[in-house]
Amino acid sequence: MMKVALIGLGSVGRGVAGMIQKKDLGITITGIADSKSGAMDPAGLDIASLLANKGRNGSCGDREISASDVIKKADYDALIEVTPTNALSGEPAIGYIKSALLRKKHVVTSNKGPVALAYKELRALAEKNGVALRYEATVAGAIPIMHTLEHGLLGNEILALYGVLNGTCNYILTRMAAEGLTYEQALMEAREMGYAEADPTYDVMGIDAAIKLVILANSVWGDSKQLSDVDRTGIDLLTPDALRLAADQGCTIRLIAEAIPRKHILRVSPRILEKNHPLVVDGTLNALTLETDMAKEITLIGRGAGSIETASAIIGDLLYINDRYVHRA
Amino acid sequence: MKLEMKDSPGQLVAAIKPISEVGGNIIAVIHQREPDAKEDTLNVQIVLELPEGLLERLITLLKEQGVHIQRINEERLLFRRTVILIGHLMHTDLSDTVDQIDSTGFAEVSELSMSMPAVQERSTSRITIKALSKPDMEAALAILRRVSRQKSLLLIEPLEEIA
Repeated sequence: MMKVALIGLGSVGRGVAGMIQKKDLGITITGIADSKSGAMDPAGLDIASLLANKGRNGSCGDREISASDVIKKADYDALIEVTPTNALSGEPAIGYIKSALLRKKHVVTSNKGPVALAYKELRALAEKNGVALRYEATVAGAIPIMHTLEHGLLGNEILALYGVLNGTCNYILTRMAAEGLTYEQALMEAREMGYAEADPTYDVMGIDAAIKLVILANSVWGDSKQLSDVDRTGIDLLTPDALRLAADQGCTIRLIAEAIPRKHILRVSPRILEKNHPLVVDGTLNALTLETDMAKEITLIGRGAGSIETASAIIGDLLYINDRYVHRA
Repeated sequence: MKLEMKDSPGQLVAAIKPISEVGGNIIAVIHQREPDAKEDTLNVQIVLELPEGLLERLITLLKEQGVHIQRINEERLLFRRTVILIGHLMHTDLSDTVDQIDSTGFAEVSELSMSMPAVQERSTSRITIKALSKPDMEAALAILRRVSRQKSLLLIEPLEEIA
Protein backbone atom coordinates (compact mmCIF):
# COMPACT_ATOMS: atom_id res chain seq x y z
CA MET A 1 0.00 0.00 0.00
CA MET A 2 1.18 3.47 -0.88
CA LYS A 3 0.56 5.91 1.95
CA VAL A 4 -0.44 9.48 1.13
CA ALA A 5 -1.21 12.68 3.01
CA LEU A 6 -3.85 14.91 1.45
CA ILE A 7 -3.66 18.65 2.11
CA GLY A 8 -6.65 20.68 0.90
CA LEU A 9 -10.25 19.54 0.77
CA GLY A 10 -11.77 21.81 -1.85
CA SER A 11 -13.35 20.37 -4.96
CA VAL A 12 -10.07 18.80 -6.18
CA GLY A 13 -9.16 17.35 -2.75
CA ARG A 14 -12.60 15.81 -2.34
CA GLY A 15 -12.40 14.39 -5.85
CA VAL A 16 -9.04 12.74 -5.09
CA ALA A 17 -10.25 11.38 -1.73
CA GLY A 18 -13.43 10.08 -3.33
CA MET A 19 -11.61 8.23 -6.11
CA ILE A 20 -8.99 6.72 -3.75
CA GLN A 21 -11.88 5.48 -1.63
CA LYS A 22 -13.94 4.18 -4.54
CA LYS A 23 -11.28 2.60 -6.73
CA ASP A 24 -8.91 -0.16 -5.73
CA LEU A 25 -5.70 1.76 -6.46
CA GLY A 26 -3.42 0.48 -3.71
CA ILE A 27 -3.37 3.90 -2.09
CA THR A 28 -4.30 4.62 1.49
CA ILE A 29 -4.73 8.05 3.08
CA THR A 30 -2.83 8.31 6.36
CA GLY A 31 -2.99 12.07 6.84
CA ILE A 32 -5.50 14.71 5.85
CA ALA A 33 -5.93 18.44 6.43
CA ASP A 34 -8.16 21.31 5.36
CA SER A 35 -7.65 24.97 6.25
CA LYS A 36 -8.95 24.50 9.80
CA SER A 37 -8.16 20.99 10.96
CA GLY A 38 -6.31 17.75 10.40
CA ALA A 39 -6.21 14.03 11.14
CA MET A 40 -3.53 11.31 11.06
CA ASP A 41 -3.52 7.53 11.35
CA PRO A 42 -0.64 5.39 10.05
CA ALA A 43 -3.09 2.50 9.59
CA GLY A 44 -5.26 4.58 7.24
CA LEU A 45 -8.02 7.08 7.93
CA ASP A 46 -11.77 6.59 7.58
CA ILE A 47 -12.23 9.02 4.72
CA ALA A 48 -16.00 8.71 4.48
CA SER A 49 -16.54 9.85 8.06
CA LEU A 50 -13.95 12.65 7.79
CA LEU A 51 -15.68 13.98 4.67
CA ALA A 52 -19.02 13.72 6.46
CA ASN A 53 -17.54 15.82 9.32
CA LYS A 54 -16.44 18.38 6.76
CA GLY A 55 -19.94 18.54 5.32
CA ARG A 56 -21.47 18.86 8.78
CA ASN A 57 -19.31 21.42 10.54
CA GLY A 58 -16.87 22.73 7.92
CA SER A 59 -13.76 20.96 9.20
CA CYS A 60 -12.74 17.38 8.57
CA GLY A 61 -10.67 16.51 11.63
CA ASP A 62 -9.19 17.77 14.89
CA ARG A 63 -8.89 21.56 15.09
CA GLU A 64 -5.77 21.14 17.21
CA ILE A 65 -3.97 19.55 14.23
CA SER A 66 -2.82 21.86 11.42
CA ALA A 67 -1.82 21.10 7.84
CA SER A 68 1.82 21.69 8.82
CA ASP A 69 1.49 19.15 11.64
CA VAL A 70 0.20 16.54 9.21
CA ILE A 71 2.97 17.27 6.71
CA LYS A 72 5.70 17.13 9.37
CA LYS A 73 4.45 14.25 11.51
CA ALA A 74 2.19 11.91 9.56
CA ASP A 75 3.48 8.61 8.18
CA TYR A 76 3.24 8.84 4.39
CA ASP A 77 5.15 8.19 1.15
CA ALA A 78 3.73 11.06 -0.91
CA LEU A 79 2.12 14.41 -0.15
CA ILE A 80 -0.88 15.48 -2.25
CA GLU A 81 -0.88 19.27 -2.12
CA VAL A 82 -4.16 20.65 -3.50
CA THR A 83 -4.71 23.88 -1.57
CA PRO A 84 -6.02 26.96 -3.44
CA THR A 85 -3.54 28.67 -5.80
CA ASN A 86 -1.94 31.91 -4.71
CA ALA A 87 -0.36 33.20 -7.91
CA LEU A 88 1.50 36.05 -6.20
CA SER A 89 3.26 34.43 -3.24
CA GLY A 90 2.65 30.73 -3.86
CA GLU A 91 2.13 30.35 -0.10
CA PRO A 92 1.35 28.49 2.03
CA ALA A 93 1.78 25.77 -0.61
CA ILE A 94 5.51 26.42 -1.25
CA GLY A 95 6.18 25.97 2.48
CA TYR A 96 4.14 22.77 2.59
CA ILE A 97 5.92 21.30 -0.41
CA LYS A 98 9.37 22.19 0.94
CA SER A 99 8.77 20.62 4.32
CA ALA A 100 7.56 17.39 2.69
CA LEU A 101 10.57 17.29 0.33
CA LEU A 102 12.93 17.89 3.27
CA ARG A 103 11.40 14.81 4.92
CA LYS A 104 12.23 12.91 1.70
CA LYS A 105 8.58 12.56 0.80
CA HIS A 106 7.36 12.64 -2.79
CA VAL A 107 5.03 15.53 -3.69
CA VAL A 108 2.13 15.67 -6.14
CA THR A 109 0.42 19.03 -6.57
CA SER A 110 -2.33 20.67 -8.62
CA ASN A 111 -1.24 24.05 -7.32
CA LYS A 112 0.06 26.38 -10.04
CA GLY A 113 1.51 29.01 -7.68
CA PRO A 114 4.48 27.02 -6.35
CA VAL A 115 5.35 25.47 -9.71
CA ALA A 116 5.22 28.77 -11.57
CA LEU A 117 7.05 30.76 -8.90
CA ALA A 118 9.58 28.40 -7.34
CA TYR A 119 10.09 25.62 -9.88
CA LYS A 120 13.90 25.59 -9.92
CA GLU A 121 14.24 25.68 -6.16
CA LEU A 122 11.62 22.97 -5.56
CA ARG A 123 13.01 20.79 -8.35
CA ALA A 124 16.51 21.05 -6.89
CA LEU A 125 15.23 20.27 -3.41
CA ALA A 126 13.40 17.17 -4.67
CA GLU A 127 16.51 15.97 -6.52
CA LYS A 128 18.73 16.56 -3.52
CA ASN A 129 16.41 14.45 -1.38
CA GLY A 130 15.98 11.74 -3.98
CA VAL A 131 12.22 12.16 -4.30
CA ALA A 132 9.78 13.15 -7.05
CA LEU A 133 7.88 16.40 -7.50
CA ARG A 134 5.03 15.94 -9.97
CA TYR A 135 2.43 18.47 -11.11
CA GLU A 136 0.50 17.02 -14.06
CA ALA A 137 -2.74 18.57 -12.74
CA THR A 138 -1.42 22.15 -12.91
CA VAL A 139 -1.69 22.36 -16.71
CA ALA A 140 -4.72 21.43 -18.83
CA GLY A 141 -6.54 19.39 -16.14
CA ALA A 142 -7.03 15.81 -17.19
CA ILE A 143 -4.85 16.00 -20.33
CA PRO A 144 -1.65 14.00 -19.61
CA ILE A 145 0.57 16.68 -21.08
CA MET A 146 3.50 16.25 -18.68
CA HIS A 147 3.55 12.47 -19.09
CA THR A 148 3.40 12.89 -22.86
CA LEU A 149 6.31 15.33 -22.86
CA GLU A 150 8.37 13.39 -20.35
CA HIS A 151 7.83 9.84 -21.52
CA GLY A 152 5.81 9.54 -24.71
CA LEU A 153 8.04 11.95 -26.59
CA LEU A 154 11.39 10.91 -25.11
CA GLY A 155 14.20 11.68 -27.51
CA ASN A 156 12.23 14.34 -29.32
CA GLU A 157 13.26 17.94 -29.37
CA ILE A 158 10.21 20.02 -28.43
CA LEU A 159 10.16 22.96 -30.87
CA ALA A 160 6.93 24.68 -29.88
CA LEU A 161 3.87 24.39 -27.66
CA TYR A 162 0.61 26.22 -28.30
CA GLY A 163 -3.03 25.86 -27.49
CA VAL A 164 -6.11 26.61 -25.44
CA LEU A 165 -5.25 26.45 -21.74
CA ASN A 166 -8.17 28.29 -20.14
CA GLY A 167 -11.63 26.75 -20.21
CA THR A 168 -13.40 29.87 -18.97
CA CYS A 169 -12.19 31.99 -21.88
CA ASN A 170 -12.91 29.20 -24.32
CA TYR A 171 -16.47 28.92 -23.02
CA ILE A 172 -17.02 32.69 -23.34
CA LEU A 173 -15.63 32.78 -26.90
CA THR A 174 -17.65 29.71 -27.90
CA ARG A 175 -20.84 31.37 -26.68
CA MET A 176 -20.05 34.75 -28.26
CA ALA A 177 -19.53 33.03 -31.60
CA ALA A 178 -22.52 30.69 -31.39
CA GLU A 179 -25.13 33.14 -30.13
CA GLY A 180 -23.76 36.56 -30.99
CA LEU A 181 -23.55 37.40 -27.26
CA THR A 182 -21.55 40.36 -26.01
CA TYR A 183 -18.52 39.62 -23.85
CA GLU A 184 -20.46 40.77 -20.76
CA GLN A 185 -23.43 38.50 -21.53
CA ALA A 186 -21.23 35.47 -22.16
CA LEU A 187 -19.27 36.13 -18.96
CA MET A 188 -22.48 36.31 -16.96
CA GLU A 189 -23.57 33.02 -18.45
CA ALA A 190 -20.20 31.45 -17.61
CA ARG A 191 -20.67 32.58 -13.99
CA GLU A 192 -24.13 31.06 -13.82
CA MET A 193 -22.72 27.78 -15.12
CA GLY A 194 -20.02 27.86 -12.46
CA TYR A 195 -17.25 28.21 -15.07
CA ALA A 196 -16.15 31.72 -14.02
CA GLU A 197 -15.20 33.15 -10.64
CA ALA A 198 -16.93 36.17 -9.10
CA ASP A 199 -13.74 38.04 -10.00
CA PRO A 200 -12.96 36.78 -13.51
CA THR A 201 -9.78 38.86 -13.97
CA TYR A 202 -7.43 35.92 -13.50
CA ASP A 203 -9.08 33.99 -16.34
CA VAL A 204 -10.23 36.62 -18.86
CA MET A 205 -7.02 38.66 -18.77
CA GLY A 206 -5.07 35.57 -19.74
CA ILE A 207 -3.19 35.33 -16.43
CA ASP A 208 -4.22 31.72 -15.76
CA ALA A 209 -3.20 30.66 -19.27
CA ALA A 210 0.08 32.58 -18.94
CA ILE A 211 0.95 30.84 -15.65
CA LYS A 212 0.34 27.45 -17.26
CA LEU A 213 2.52 28.50 -20.19
CA VAL A 214 5.31 29.45 -17.78
CA ILE A 215 5.02 26.02 -16.09
CA LEU A 216 5.23 24.28 -19.47
CA ALA A 217 8.13 26.37 -20.74
CA ASN A 218 10.14 25.90 -17.54
CA SER A 219 9.49 22.15 -17.54
CA VAL A 220 10.30 21.56 -21.18
CA TRP A 221 13.20 23.90 -21.75
CA GLY A 222 14.50 24.30 -18.18
CA ASP A 223 14.02 28.05 -18.39
CA SER A 224 13.39 30.34 -15.46
CA LYS A 225 10.51 32.22 -17.02
CA GLN A 226 8.06 34.20 -14.94
CA LEU A 227 4.54 35.46 -15.45
CA SER A 228 5.96 38.90 -16.30
CA ASP A 229 7.91 37.38 -19.23
CA VAL A 230 4.66 36.48 -20.99
CA ASP A 231 3.37 38.91 -23.62
CA ARG A 232 -0.29 38.84 -22.60
CA THR A 233 -3.59 40.08 -24.04
CA GLY A 234 -6.97 39.04 -22.62
CA ILE A 235 -10.38 38.57 -24.20
CA ASP A 236 -12.25 41.29 -22.27
CA LEU A 237 -12.16 43.79 -25.15
CA LEU A 238 -13.48 41.45 -27.84
CA THR A 239 -16.68 42.50 -29.60
CA PRO A 240 -19.44 40.27 -31.04
CA ASP A 241 -18.62 41.93 -34.39
CA ALA A 242 -15.07 40.56 -34.24
CA LEU A 243 -16.41 37.02 -33.96
CA ARG A 244 -18.95 37.68 -36.72
CA LEU A 245 -16.34 39.15 -39.08
CA ALA A 246 -14.14 36.12 -38.44
CA ALA A 247 -17.08 33.74 -38.99
CA ASP A 248 -17.83 35.39 -42.36
CA GLN A 249 -14.53 33.93 -43.53
CA GLY A 250 -14.98 30.49 -41.98
CA CYS A 251 -12.90 31.43 -38.95
CA THR A 252 -13.34 32.07 -35.26
CA ILE A 253 -11.33 33.51 -32.36
CA ARG A 254 -9.68 31.61 -29.50
CA LEU A 255 -7.33 32.62 -26.69
CA ILE A 256 -4.07 30.92 -27.64
CA ALA A 257 -1.07 30.46 -25.37
CA GLU A 258 2.16 29.81 -27.31
CA ALA A 259 5.79 29.16 -26.50
CA ILE A 260 8.26 29.12 -29.40
CA PRO A 261 11.79 29.50 -28.00
CA ARG A 262 13.40 29.70 -31.44
CA LYS A 263 11.41 32.87 -32.16
CA HIS A 264 11.59 34.10 -28.56
CA ILE A 265 7.80 33.96 -28.35
CA LEU A 266 6.05 33.48 -25.01
CA ARG A 267 2.58 34.89 -25.56
CA VAL A 268 -1.08 34.63 -24.68
CA SER A 269 -3.41 36.43 -27.10
CA PRO A 270 -6.75 36.14 -28.88
CA ARG A 271 -6.12 34.77 -32.38
CA ILE A 272 -8.03 34.08 -35.58
CA LEU A 273 -8.23 30.37 -36.45
CA GLU A 274 -10.09 28.48 -39.14
CA LYS A 275 -13.16 26.79 -37.65
CA ASN A 276 -11.85 23.35 -38.58
CA HIS A 277 -8.46 23.97 -36.93
CA PRO A 278 -7.71 21.23 -34.38
CA LEU A 279 -7.32 23.81 -31.61
CA VAL A 280 -10.85 25.14 -32.12
CA VAL A 281 -12.56 23.19 -29.34
CA ASP A 282 -15.92 24.09 -27.84
CA GLY A 283 -17.03 24.99 -24.35
CA THR A 284 -14.62 24.52 -21.47
CA LEU A 285 -12.37 22.03 -23.26
CA ASN A 286 -8.62 22.54 -23.46
CA ALA A 287 -6.42 21.69 -26.45
CA LEU A 288 -2.66 21.74 -26.86
CA THR A 289 -0.41 21.15 -29.85
CA LEU A 290 3.20 20.06 -29.40
CA GLU A 291 5.63 20.45 -32.25
CA THR A 292 8.67 18.22 -32.20
CA ASP A 293 11.49 17.34 -34.55
CA MET A 294 10.59 13.66 -34.97
CA ALA A 295 6.90 13.26 -34.10
CA LYS A 296 6.02 16.61 -35.78
CA GLU A 297 2.62 17.86 -34.51
CA ILE A 298 0.67 16.16 -31.76
CA THR A 299 -2.57 17.68 -30.51
CA LEU A 300 -4.18 16.67 -27.23
CA ILE A 301 -7.76 17.63 -26.43
CA GLY A 302 -9.55 17.10 -23.12
CA ARG A 303 -11.16 18.51 -20.02
CA GLY A 304 -9.15 21.27 -18.44
CA ALA A 305 -10.93 21.38 -15.09
CA GLY A 306 -13.36 19.55 -12.82
CA SER A 307 -13.01 17.66 -9.59
CA ILE A 308 -12.73 14.10 -10.92
CA GLU A 309 -10.89 15.16 -14.09
CA THR A 310 -8.19 16.83 -12.00
CA ALA A 311 -8.13 13.81 -9.68
CA SER A 312 -7.29 11.73 -12.75
CA ALA A 313 -4.10 13.72 -13.26
CA ILE A 314 -3.15 13.58 -9.58
CA ILE A 315 -3.75 9.84 -9.28
CA GLY A 316 -1.74 9.27 -12.46
CA ASP A 317 1.19 11.07 -10.83
CA LEU A 318 0.81 9.11 -7.57
CA LEU A 319 0.74 5.73 -9.29
CA TYR A 320 3.69 6.69 -11.45
CA ILE A 321 5.66 7.53 -8.29
CA ASN A 322 4.48 4.31 -6.64
CA ASP A 323 5.66 2.27 -9.60
CA ARG A 324 8.92 4.10 -10.03
CA TYR A 325 10.06 4.71 -6.43
CA VAL A 326 7.93 3.36 -3.62
CA HIS A 327 7.46 -0.16 -4.94
CA ARG A 328 11.13 -0.61 -5.67
CA ALA A 329 12.38 0.78 -2.38
CA MET B 1 4.06 31.05 -66.98
CA LYS B 2 3.57 28.34 -69.54
CA LEU B 3 6.56 27.63 -71.74
CA GLU B 4 7.14 25.56 -74.86
CA MET B 5 10.63 24.37 -75.66
CA LYS B 6 12.54 21.84 -77.74
CA ASP B 7 12.46 18.36 -76.19
CA SER B 8 16.21 17.88 -76.09
CA PRO B 9 18.76 17.55 -73.28
CA GLY B 10 19.56 20.77 -71.44
CA GLN B 11 16.50 22.67 -72.59
CA LEU B 12 14.74 22.74 -69.20
CA VAL B 13 17.91 23.98 -67.55
CA ALA B 14 18.20 26.63 -70.27
CA ALA B 15 14.72 27.84 -69.39
CA ILE B 16 15.28 27.85 -65.65
CA LYS B 17 18.70 29.52 -65.68
CA PRO B 18 17.46 32.98 -66.68
CA ILE B 19 14.99 32.92 -63.80
CA SER B 20 17.74 32.69 -61.23
CA GLU B 21 19.83 35.19 -63.21
CA VAL B 22 17.20 37.89 -62.71
CA GLY B 23 16.76 36.98 -59.03
CA GLY B 24 13.50 35.06 -59.36
CA ASN B 25 12.34 32.36 -56.98
CA ILE B 26 10.86 29.19 -58.48
CA ILE B 27 7.87 27.93 -56.52
CA ALA B 28 6.82 25.01 -58.76
CA VAL B 29 7.74 23.37 -62.06
CA ILE B 30 4.94 21.37 -63.65
CA HIS B 31 5.95 19.19 -66.55
CA GLN B 32 3.31 17.06 -68.18
CA ARG B 33 3.42 15.47 -71.58
CA GLU B 34 0.22 16.37 -73.32
CA PRO B 35 -1.10 13.71 -75.75
CA ASP B 36 -1.61 16.15 -78.63
CA ALA B 37 1.74 17.87 -78.17
CA LYS B 38 4.17 17.83 -81.03
CA GLU B 39 6.76 15.04 -80.73
CA ASP B 40 9.77 17.27 -80.45
CA THR B 41 8.47 19.91 -78.07
CA LEU B 42 8.07 20.03 -74.34
CA ASN B 43 5.44 22.02 -72.43
CA VAL B 44 6.40 23.23 -68.98
CA GLN B 45 4.55 25.40 -66.49
CA ILE B 46 6.63 27.35 -64.04
CA VAL B 47 5.25 29.19 -61.01
CA LEU B 48 7.69 31.77 -59.80
CA GLU B 49 8.14 34.85 -57.70
CA LEU B 50 9.87 37.77 -59.33
CA PRO B 51 10.95 41.14 -57.97
CA GLU B 52 8.95 44.07 -59.34
CA GLY B 53 9.92 45.29 -62.83
CA LEU B 54 12.05 42.33 -63.92
CA LEU B 55 9.50 40.45 -66.00
CA GLU B 56 10.47 42.11 -69.31
CA ARG B 57 14.13 41.27 -68.78
CA LEU B 58 13.20 37.62 -68.05
CA ILE B 59 11.09 37.40 -71.20
CA THR B 60 14.00 38.67 -73.29
CA LEU B 61 16.42 36.18 -71.73
CA LEU B 62 14.03 33.27 -72.28
CA LYS B 63 13.56 34.20 -75.94
CA GLU B 64 17.32 34.29 -76.37
CA GLN B 65 17.39 30.67 -75.16
CA GLY B 66 14.92 29.69 -77.84
CA VAL B 67 12.09 29.14 -75.39
CA HIS B 68 8.62 30.03 -76.60
CA ILE B 69 6.37 31.62 -73.98
CA GLN B 70 2.80 30.46 -74.47
CA ARG B 71 1.13 32.28 -71.58
CA ILE B 72 1.96 34.49 -68.59
CA ASN B 73 -0.42 34.98 -65.68
CA GLU B 74 0.68 37.70 -63.38
CA GLU B 75 -0.56 37.82 -59.80
CA ARG B 76 0.87 40.69 -57.86
CA LEU B 77 1.19 40.49 -54.08
CA LEU B 78 1.12 36.79 -53.36
CA PHE B 79 0.82 36.66 -49.59
CA ARG B 80 -2.48 37.39 -47.95
CA ARG B 81 -3.36 37.66 -44.30
CA THR B 82 -6.53 38.76 -42.55
CA VAL B 83 -6.51 40.50 -39.18
CA ILE B 84 -9.18 42.09 -36.99
CA LEU B 85 -8.82 45.51 -35.38
CA ILE B 86 -11.00 46.62 -32.45
CA GLY B 87 -11.09 50.08 -30.91
CA HIS B 88 -11.92 53.67 -31.70
CA LEU B 89 -10.99 53.19 -35.32
CA MET B 90 -12.52 56.34 -36.77
CA HIS B 91 -11.34 58.63 -33.95
CA THR B 92 -7.84 57.30 -34.46
CA ASP B 93 -7.94 57.97 -38.22
CA LEU B 94 -8.54 54.65 -39.94
CA SER B 95 -7.37 55.97 -43.29
CA ASP B 96 -4.01 56.85 -41.76
CA THR B 97 -3.81 53.30 -40.33
CA VAL B 98 -4.45 51.84 -43.79
CA ASP B 99 -2.11 54.33 -45.41
CA GLN B 100 0.79 53.24 -43.21
CA ILE B 101 0.56 49.82 -44.87
CA ASP B 102 -0.22 51.04 -48.40
CA SER B 103 2.64 53.54 -48.43
CA THR B 104 5.24 50.79 -47.93
CA GLY B 105 5.09 49.83 -51.61
CA PHE B 106 5.48 46.13 -50.74
CA ALA B 107 2.15 45.55 -49.02
CA GLU B 108 -1.37 46.87 -49.28
CA VAL B 109 -4.76 46.67 -47.62
CA SER B 110 -6.86 44.85 -50.19
CA GLU B 111 -10.11 44.49 -48.29
CA LEU B 112 -11.72 46.17 -45.32
CA SER B 113 -15.03 45.24 -43.66
CA MET B 114 -16.26 47.33 -40.82
CA SER B 115 -18.99 47.41 -38.22
CA MET B 116 -20.26 50.78 -37.07
CA PRO B 117 -21.94 50.62 -33.67
CA ALA B 118 -23.01 53.72 -31.68
CA VAL B 119 -20.66 56.68 -31.97
CA GLN B 120 -19.02 56.33 -28.55
CA GLU B 121 -18.57 52.58 -28.80
CA ARG B 122 -15.56 50.75 -30.11
CA SER B 123 -15.83 49.61 -33.70
CA THR B 124 -14.47 46.45 -35.28
CA SER B 125 -12.95 45.95 -38.70
CA ARG B 126 -11.56 43.04 -40.63
CA ILE B 127 -8.59 43.92 -42.79
CA THR B 128 -6.96 41.78 -45.46
CA ILE B 129 -3.37 42.63 -46.28
CA LYS B 130 -1.53 41.47 -49.40
CA ALA B 131 2.23 41.47 -49.64
CA LEU B 132 4.87 40.43 -52.15
CA SER B 133 6.66 37.95 -49.93
CA LYS B 134 6.63 36.46 -46.47
CA PRO B 135 9.24 38.87 -45.07
CA ASP B 136 7.26 41.75 -46.57
CA MET B 137 4.12 40.48 -44.84
CA GLU B 138 6.02 40.27 -41.55
CA ALA B 139 7.22 43.83 -42.04
CA ALA B 140 3.68 45.02 -42.81
CA LEU B 141 2.32 43.30 -39.70
CA ALA B 142 5.09 44.82 -37.61
CA ILE B 143 3.93 48.25 -38.79
CA LEU B 144 0.33 47.40 -37.94
CA ARG B 145 1.35 46.18 -34.47
CA ARG B 146 3.19 49.42 -33.82
CA VAL B 147 0.30 51.58 -35.06
CA SER B 148 -2.18 49.54 -33.00
CA ARG B 149 -0.13 50.08 -29.87
CA GLN B 150 0.17 53.81 -30.53
CA LYS B 151 -3.58 54.16 -31.15
CA SER B 152 -4.61 51.75 -28.36
CA LEU B 153 -6.30 49.37 -30.78
CA LEU B 154 -6.64 45.64 -30.17
CA LEU B 155 -5.06 43.75 -33.07
CA ILE B 156 -6.08 40.13 -33.50
CA GLU B 157 -3.78 38.17 -35.76
CA PRO B 158 -4.28 34.74 -37.29
CA LEU B 159 -2.51 31.72 -35.81
CA GLU B 160 -0.14 30.89 -38.63
CA GLU B 161 1.81 27.71 -39.11
CA ILE B 162 4.51 27.71 -36.45
CA ALA B 163 7.38 25.52 -37.63
